[in-house]
Amino acid sequence: MFLRRPLIFILFLTLAATGGTASAGDDYAAERRLLMEEIRFDVNLTAGLTGRKTFHGNVLDAMNRVERHLFVPLLLRPYAYSNRPLPIGYGQTISQPYIVALMTDLLDPEAGQTALEIGTGSGYQAAVLAELGMRVFTMEIIEALAESAKSRLEKLGYSSVTARWGDGYDGWVEHAPFDAIVVTAAADHIPPPLVAQLKAGGRMIIPVGARFMTQQLVLVEKDAQGGVTTRQILPVSFVPFTRAH
Amino acid sequence: MPMALAISLISASAIAYEILLMRLFSIIQWHHFAYMIISLALLGYGASGTLIALARDRLLPRFETAFACAAALFGITSVSGFALAQALPFNPLEMVWDQRQLLHLLLLYLVLAVPFLCAATCLGLAFSRFSQRITTLYCADLTGAGIGALGIVFLMFLFPPATCLKILSGAGFVAAALVFTERRDGRAIALALGTAGLILPFLWPQALTAPHLSPYKGLSQMLQMPEARVLLERSSPLGTLTVVESPRVPLRYAPGRSLLSGNPIPPQLGVFTDGGGMTAITRYDGSHETLAYLDSQTAALPFSILKRPKVLILGAGGGSDVLRALYHHARQIDAVELNPQMLELVGRDFADHAGNLYNLPQVQTHEAEARGFAARSGESYDLIQLSLLDSFTASSAGLHALSESTLYTVEAFRAYFSRLAPGGVLAVTRWLKLPPRDTLKLFVTAAQAQEALGIGNPGARMVLIRGWNTATLLVKNGAFTAPELENIRTFSRDRGFDLAYVPGMSATEANRHNILARPFLFEGARALLGSGREEFIATYKFHVAPASDDSPYFFHFFTWRALPEFLELRGRGGVSLVEWSYVILLATLVQAIAASLLLILLPLKALKRQRKIPAPPGARRRTAIYFSAIGLAFLFMEISFMQRFAPFLSHPLYAIAVVLSAFLVFAGLGSAAARIIVGRFGLRGPELPVSGIVVLALAYLFVLPPLFELFMTLPQAGRVAVAIVVIAPLAFCMGMPFPLGLRQISSQTPELVPWAWGINGCASVISAVLAAILAIEFGFTVVVCAAAALYVLAAFSFPVDPQPSRL
Repeated sequence: MFLRRPLIFILFLTLAATGGTASAGDDYAAERRLLMEEIRFDVNLTAGLTGRKTFHGNVLDAMNRVERHLFVPLLLRPYAYSNRPLPIGYGQTISQPYIVALMTDLLDPEAGQTALEIGTGSGYQAAVLAELGMRVFTMEIIEALAESAKSRLEKLGYSSVTARWGDGYDGWVEHAPFDAIVVTAAADHIPPPLVAQLKAGGRMIIPVGARFMTQQLVLVEKDAQGGVTTRQILPVSFVPFTRAH
Repeated sequence: MPMALAISLISASAIAYEILLMRLFSIIQWHHFAYMIISLALLGYGASGTLIALARDRLLPRFETAFACAAALFGITSVSGFALAQALPFNPLEMVWDQRQLLHLLLLYLVLAVPFLCAATCLGLAFSRFSQRITTLYCADLTGAGIGALGIVFLMFLFPPATCLKILSGAGFVAAALVFTERRDGRAIALALGTAGLILPFLWPQALTAPHLSPYKGLSQMLQMPEARVLLERSSPLGTLTVVESPRVPLRYAPGRSLLSGNPIPPQLGVFTDGGGMTAITRYDGSHETLAYLDSQTAALPFSILKRPKVLILGAGGGSDVLRALYHHARQIDAVELNPQMLELVGRDFADHAGNLYNLPQVQTHEAEARGFAARSGESYDLIQLSLLDSFTASSAGLHALSESTLYTVEAFRAYFSRLAPGGVLAVTRWLKLPPRDTLKLFVTAAQAQEALGIGNPGARMVLIRGWNTATLLVKNGAFTAPELENIRTFSRDRGFDLAYVPGMSATEANRHNILARPFLFEGARALLGSGREEFIATYKFHVAPASDDSPYFFHFFTWRALPEFLELRGRGGVSLVEWSYVILLATLVQAIAASLLLILLPLKALKRQRKIPAPPGARRRTAIYFSAIGLAFLFMEISFMQRFAPFLSHPLYAIAVVLSAFLVFAGLGSAAARIIVGRFGLRGPELPVSGIVVLALAYLFVLPPLFELFMTLPQAGRVAVAIVVIAPLAFCMGMPFPLGLRQISSQTPELVPWAWGINGCASVISAVLAAILAIEFGFTVVVCAAAALYVLAAFSFPVDPQPSRL
């Protein structure tokens, strides 16, 4: 942890010295890369808690291609590349980038797979999945958000994303089954229709906790025989026992 | 007389405003911040002392005008301050991410401190102006506060909180009018002010007073659904209940439902308490099959081993548990609910929707507090259910309570066990927090309660299962049999739930369907049942020692040993591991102490600069110690006894209203009698009342438990009477030290009167916060002992008069 600050500082100096690497029209490229480095550092410390050794490098590459500042309200753009959740109106939020990275990684994403997202929000998670080469179907229950996310994603050229308004509880039967499902709004129970629309070998991820505060991630896995298990993952490597009991 | 009335009215309005703000902030935002904001705003009392000390020469010659202005300003700022506070873009949820929220919080303190400053200025002015009549005026202040506390509770039964706020604004003007009635030339002004007081409540626009719900609360989110609408709203001091219908995006309330369940959920209406804590009223048409979905939750576990049980449901809410018991052919169901309006919603307003659930022959409803009902009921049950009562306990958080709950203490569990028939089962379902904390605390509380009853092997009578977000604990009156354990295993396996603890289970059974990094609950449960319990509790990173009636903080999980690790991990989700309520409480204390020091030292500095140092340093020190000690001690006592009486009065609201009011009213009477009683013994100081306080308070620590047991079965009115009789002599003595001290310094150093008033105000604020922290750490017995010690310290620091007093 104590290494992080100097590391970021050095990186910042490097980026400042080679400021020309930022593409024209994207003033935030340097900030974004800095954020990705911060997340990479954090997830490496967390590696192992999800039962795998390394983090998919391509998830951060994909996130580095999504301009998060275009998915947050204009007034909050200065904070778009801080590693924190932000309000997007209607009592909804855009998740902390670290959590987005972790959730996306837990889905084991592969190009060509089909993903369903329940709770489009501003469309950021859908864009990240699309950058990974996935075909994404995303639903949002708040009409105004559904409309704005749909037009934002179209404008940014995410043609592999189909967005619509809808109640996500029953999933999206026409395009089922899905390799991956992301449920961004946790309910008091996991909707059984969504479990049914998961492919054998598919994964569903659900963040749980109050707004602005993801406490844990629930990963639902369906095995080749259709058996379902859930796995509860803290976004942080933490063991409550101080010694073996 | 009009002066005393004006003081009573201001005092009543100020305490009513405090309680009302608590209610309003619970609706708008989270309760913990409500407590913090109001604690700090109350420092307006301390600030009034500073203000009067500095401007004494200018204010006292124009006493009536100054008093009336302050009172009228209270009337105006009570509403406008609240409206301004609402206009601030404060979002407590973003506190850990956004530094600007600290600025918003600071502004909230300032805005809300103004009405309290105005009210306290009225009182401080009067005490300075009429210091020889202090015993009478302080009596008016305390009795007014007592009546105000009861009055606002009564008023909140009649009107929604926003209307109550408007009414209070008028009271300020009426108090202003009363002061002018004493002056012959003031009749016209009095009439004008009085009329303004009567009209003002009708003039405030609704938009200013209506609480604006945070957009992150459940009700706000629900109302975002297309075609969702509010069907009904009911308000009482226990909470505002809002019934919502959402026909297009149906509500589906089934906490912890199995992933494998395919049964549809019938149409539901959402019932929100203060915009959060949702429960549902489910449509019931008498058809058994529509209720099948209720069998796929962890809370259904006890029915796998019980046949046609007699059931007691503690916290009936919208009726889901009652429906589940019906589904399982319960032969009798007693449904207990604290909030009568909730019972009316299900039993009357939406009875058709709910299939007349509460009027079915096998269902009996009881308006009562859960634990009190269990303690008083003479019946035995095959099943006692407590399911997801968090919204239930949220309503119990009162004036000075952070999160006390007498539902989950060792003593409470003993009360539940005493109602179990042979072979009967207590089933407690809670949300599962990870890493585990409350589930483990619940487990060890149940084990310890059994041990206290002399049960040697509590583990043989306990079962714990978990889904992904709920856990259900069973405690049986007798050991579980092999067939019962087999049924429990089958129930869990069929629904994809995990066994967390079953007598004789192996570690390999523990973590199969819903996989945790380690089988935390199994490992924890095993350690807590074995010889390693103490070591486990001492080293676990959350506080899981059982709660007791003496320290009833079930929801307190914070440990200092884990804090550095959480902060280290903050960037990676560590913030969600911190138990913020305790941190907020500590932050409140630090801020209160810092602000108090400033308010206490500032007037001394200023007086020094004006070369008006009124008394030798010894006298100043004695004054400071005396008024700090009695300010701290009064609230320590009041809060401790409020908590002691909570399980006895068995209703959080009654406990707060009765104990608070009794303390204030009898302390007021004590104040009025102080001069006569102390004078009769030829004394000036508070030796006599302090002796009374110490003897009574310490005696109560021993006498109250058997006394409560003796009178527990009395009806509510009888128990209230017992409480008042017990409190009266203690409060009577506690009312004396303040006026005796103030009278003493007014006779020798009158300039110090406002300063003493300010110190007392600051100490009261610190006291409320400190009492909670001490009770969390050491229990209320220690808080009572600390209060007694503070009173003794006060007696020794009584501001000595070099000349004989005229008392």
